[in-house]
Amino acid sequence: MSEAKDILLDVRGLKKYFNTKRGLLHAVDDVTFTIERGKTLGVVGESGCGKSTTGRAILHLLEPTAGEVYFEGRDICKMSKEEIRNMRTDMQIIFQDPFSSLDPRRTISEIIGEPLKINGIIKDKDARLERVLELMETVGLAERLVNTYPHELDGGRRQRVGVARALAVNPKFIVCDEPVSALDVSIQAQILNLMKELQEKMGLTYMFITHDLSVVNHFSDDIAVMYLGKLIEKAPAEELFEHPTHPYTQALLSAIPIPDIHHKRERILLKGEITSPINPKPVCRFANRCIHATDRCRQAEPQLKEISPGHFVSCFLVDDQ
Amino acid sequence: MRENKSKYSIDIEDLYVEYRTDYGVVKALNGMDLKIEHGKTLGLVGETGAGKTTTGLSILKLIPDPPGVIVGGSIKLDGEDLMEKTEKEMGQIRGKEISMIFQDPMTALNPVMTVEEQIAESIELHEQVSKSEAIEKARAMLELVGIPGERGKEYPHQFSGGMKQRVVIAIALACNPSLLIADEPTTALDVTIQAQVLEMMKELKEKYNTSMLMITHDLGIVAEICDTVSIIYAGQVVEHGNLEDIFENTRHPYTEGLFNSLPNLKDRKAKLKPIKGLMPDPANLPEGCAFCPRCDYAMEICKTQKPEKIYRNDGHYVRCHLYNEENIQEGRLETR
Repeated sequence: MSEAKDILLDVRGLKKYFNTKRGLLHAVDDVTFTIERGKTLGVVGESGCGKSTTGRAILHLLEPTAGEVYFEGRDICKMSKEEIRNMRTDMQIIFQDPFSSLDPRRTISEIIGEPLKINGIIKDKDARLERVLELMETVGLAERLVNTYPHELDGGRRQRVGVARALAVNPKFIVCDEPVSALDVSIQAQILNLMKELQEKMGLTYMFITHDLSVVNHFSDDIAVMYLGKLIEKAPAEELFEHPTHPYTQALLSAIPIPDIHHKRERILLKGEITSPINPKPVCRFANRCIHATDRCRQAEPQLKEISPGHFVSCFLVDDQ
Repeated sequence: MRENKSKYSIDIEDLYVEYRTDYGVVKALNGMDLKIEHGKTLGLVGETGAGKTTTGLSILKLIPDPPGVIVGGSIKLDGEDLMEKTEKEMGQIRGKEISMIFQDPMTALNPVMTVEEQIAESIELHEQVSKSEAIEKARAMLELVGIPGERGKEYPHQFSGGMKQRVVIAIALACNPSLLIADEPTTALDVTIQAQVLEMMKELKEKYNTSMLMITHDLGIVAEICDTVSIIYAGQVVEHGNLEDIFENTRHPYTEGLFNSLPNLKDRKAKLKPIKGLMPDPANLPEGCAFCPRCDYAMEICKTQKPEKIYRNDGHYVRCHLYNEENIQEGRLETR
């Protein structure tokens, strides 16, 4: 590996388990990856695969069960509450639903200004308003909206408020948890373009969580695919779309409906559905839906392996080749 | 095989629907046209608030009244005027002739009834069968949508999202309707499950020669399962045609804008070109073309006059002032 890479976030063996009545739910199970400064890691997978939990565990919005999260070389998991609080100004999150993630009783200027107030970054009220107006301009919100309430705004504008709030503290890293899923395509494109511009201008690093594969392909440098709490494949975006290697990734990519009437392809229809993440056995978690599964897959758990520079896969099929 | 009286399974002409609220009149449909031939699938594509769901509900005459009012226009089911039907007659049609699949399978099912009872309910209502026969048919329907019949005794919460949507589809198809309205049937599902459900819908539709109105915002799904497409904006179809017309010979600037907003899987670095601005407030629509304020090609006439239909061929029309009989074939000159 080249020394020149500037790694901003280094996640090692991250686990997040939840105690449930029926047993231990392995939401995130031994996930390891890095994100370079100024780049975007797309995280894809279906409902319940642990992609949002991973994002939240990294930010310590959820206490990880085990693992290390190095941010600029310092392990967040070993920090005191006070240190984590200070660290939060470097790491922000944009939520999926712009309808429920904004306080309905606060005005737009209060919502965007709140992180500045709480973190004591700008104590003076007038100076804070000035910064809020500046942020609103950055994300393309008209100044006249400064005293409106969230319910007066449409979904696209609300999501711009969410972006402005995340930017308020000048973060280095933003977890974007399905930021455009609730929006119409024409508005989705506006927000994606805005986020991309901001990244270039401010050198932001994104972890972009989504279930929309065409969006992730457009937006990411690297893509990680998760299945039932496991990271099963990670590669540069182009490489992943050209050479998907894990059978699940292949099925996932083949399932995207393509808006092109001449597009012909072999669709891999998966049998069945995702199994339970409660007390999973130490075997390949995809084996029961996999067309290539052998006895080995039902007896042992494959490990993540680098098959070409930057392309990691966890599947026994790769070993055999 | 049923006998058809008309060429079209459903034929909506010049439909106007309003919601009269205390805060003003919301004009949901403004001269809506929609035709589906027997056994064909029409994709109805548009953004939130364009009037897609109102169109579906109008066909079933399920517009909440008040505040909803059908102001004018006609809706014909296989030639029969639904506007003249009494509520009792509509009760016979709903579930039997026309069925609807709703977007969210989590809320469409009754949580305190077993799945087979819910399917049997509509069979009992519309067909002269005993309860046990209805249950038997319900189990056969479950098998048809790929769920083991014995799971019919279970309750909705015991099923996953994809399975629930299969149950909703089984209910909709139980009485072999001639028209199926599917309102974003796979939006709440994961992509691999969506592929399973779409594949199944396609098979069943062909097997029973059901006509389908597919309400969606996903042009990928349209390319996969529809025969014709209507692009709807502010309660009116702005462009209609078959797949080739819409995907390869796009004419309306709004349709073009929708395509340009989509990330391109083949060219990942291509910058997205969003449509500027927002949908107009349906309580306060522009005087002329409803798309005019967001249109890159808007002219003076667009501000004051509503465009009429211009036909490119028998099936493909567009409502846009950029076109006339002469230039509709080659497309817009300044951009092509």
